[in-house]
Amino acid sequence: MTTAPAPARPFVPGIASLLKARETGIAITLVLVVVAATALNPNFVFSNDGFRDLLLTPSILMVVAVGQAVVIITRNVDLSVGSVVGLTAYFTGRLFIDVPGLPIVAVVLGGVALGALLGLVNGALVAFARVPALVITLGTMYVYRGVNVAWAGSDRINASDMPAAFRALGTGRLLGIPILTILAVVVLVVAAWYLRNLRSGRELYAIGSDPAAAQLYGLRVTRRVLAAFVASGALAGLAGVLFAARYGTVSSNAGFGWELQAIGAAVIGGVAISGGVGTVWGAALGAYLLLTINRALPIIGVDDFWQRAVVGVLIIGAIVLDRVLALRQHRRLVAERERTP
Amino acid sequence: MTTATARTERVARTYVTHGRPLWRRVLVTRETAIIALLVAVVAVSVTAVPNFDSPLTVTFLLREIAPILLIALPMTLIIVTEEIDLSVASVVGLASVVTGLCVQAGWPFPAAMALAVAVGTVAGMINGALVTFVGLPSLAVTIGTLALFRGIAVGLLGTTAITDFPETWTALARTNIPGTPVPVVMIVFALLAVVFAVLLHFTPFGRSLYAIGLNKEAAAFSGINVGMTKFWLFVMSGTVAGFAGVYFTLLYNNARGDNATGMELQIIAAVLLGGVSIFGGRGALHGVIAGVLLIGTLGSALRLAGVTSDIINVLTGVLLIGSVVSASLLTWLHRKRVAAVGQRRGRAAAASAGS
Repeated sequence: MTTAPAPARPFVPGIASLLKARETGIAITLVLVVVAATALNPNFVFSNDGFRDLLLTPSILMVVAVGQAVVIITRNVDLSVGSVVGLTAYFTGRLFIDVPGLPIVAVVLGGVALGALLGLVNGALVAFARVPALVITLGTMYVYRGVNVAWAGSDRINASDMPAAFRALGTGRLLGIPILTILAVVVLVVAAWYLRNLRSGRELYAIGSDPAAAQLYGLRVTRRVLAAFVASGALAGLAGVLFAARYGTVSSNAGFGWELQAIGAAVIGGVAISGGVGTVWGAALGAYLLLTINRALPIIGVDDFWQRAVVGVLIIGAIVLDRVLALRQHRRLVAERERTP
Repeated sequence: MTTATARTERVARTYVTHGRPLWRRVLVTRETAIIALLVAVVAVSVTAVPNFDSPLTVTFLLREIAPILLIALPMTLIIVTEEIDLSVASVVGLASVVTGLCVQAGWPFPAAMALAVAVGTVAGMINGALVTFVGLPSLAVTIGTLALFRGIAVGLLGTTAITDFPETWTALARTNIPGTPVPVVMIVFALLAVVFAVLLHFTPFGRSLYAIGLNKEAAAFSGINVGMTKFWLFVMSGTVAGFAGVYFTLLYNNARGDNATGMELQIIAAVLLGGVSIFGGRGALHGVIAGVLLIGTLGSALRLAGVTSDIINVLTGVLLIGSVVSASLLTWLHRKRVAAVGQRRGRAAAASAGS
């Protein structure tokens, strides 16, 4: 009885697995979209503004989508992220107005902390009350947005209310690359590293694959789910701060509808809504693809108004593709099992 | 020998048909709690809010929540089977745009209405086919079609609005049943409510929905065609949403691509508030209707009392969370109590055995 040692999974993925990965498909689609748009209008990439917008526009949604992906991997969903983005964006502006002289770092941390707190409320309700995340975050989506509207009223934050150094965070560049994009990529890399390499990160996948089995195995399901929601809230909070820095004006409907965009981005990126599958790379690329297509459509000659229809087709196409691939894989595994005696 | 006597003893045992007496089964339920809350809210509003009891308030309230009431019916059935349809509001918008375009093209109104309802039905078929024949989770599918149907609606009409509808039809959407403050559309709702209530609570089809919601595999093994059942539910949801879209257009005399944006969440919030479990297999239509009326009444009363709509949104959210958390809490308390009784019995038995 000798058991063949399982082939060790290389840390750096080989060419073959890289080609098969879902993320590669989205990246190729993204490149095709950019190439097509550039061929029709060279300004899409080669002008100064075009290049900046190409990197800048999807960055904030990318941060939200990374948080959303972490939650979806645990077989939950966070519908409140849009409201959290709005609330923290307004909070950021208020901090600059109400507490003059506060260092920018403190304001950024304050926004992230508020987001984390709002995420903690979601997580506590989901994890301790054992109520489905869809219902809880639907409720908190209303509550957070309502608090935001009640607080802001018809009032809004203007660019002149915030210090120039903070605004530079949203528009400035480092070596030609927008600071916002660098921040988003740092967040992405840290989240991806955590989910791939750390024990607690892998446990999130285990919980998403089968919560009951994870519980029986002795994983701390409550704590991990709580942490996932806090992470999603904190990232939405960061996105809110970045929103204020990027756009300058914050009214009470900032971030409206972002929850569906973030979920859409994650789903396009191959994060299964039933949990346990997918990477934050995919979600980030999904967010990138979503917003880049939005910008490319008018150039390709499709009316702006059809953007949402294209997004819908993309989401449905992505999940149908996943399903077909999963079925094929299943059949292949069954065939292999029957061949070996 | 001993086994034989044990077996006869076991046969002699009798079981009660129900664990709880009839009055508790009827009165101590989520549905009754929601209805009681509704009655309380109405009673407080009538006494404390000026003008709340005027017929005009009732008319406006019912007109406004009619689309939500209508769509909540098929939505209940869908959620009972542990699925969800997030695309309904987009179907309302699409049907609204189709109605508008047909009228603009000079079609007679009944034909425009028929086409809009047919478009809604096709939209429901697309959802159902993706869920049943491709085997995808309905949450993901309907997030996709939410964007798709809304996108088609906005794409067809752009930012323009069609506001030119035949007078007779818009008037019909706003007339009341003679002698009452109740809008005519409530007759349609009442008919549909009866149909859906009978379907859900008194037919094998309806009972099979609970079976599917509780355990899909067990339902399939007991001979229920799970896939086709779900398919038809999504078709129903699309058809009703299509009709609601036509009504919405007539009521506001306005066909726009962004009509009824966000209504899906209001509908789902109302259905869940009405005692339907998001895990499937639990819920009743009278609770759902009370849930929709509760949210509508609360909003209307608070608006009359001068509370702004954002506070009403906060209340809706708190109500939704409160209702599910309290249900979860009650189950937990009940289980604790049962466990405590069991332990006491166990200790008593151990003590008597020891002596």
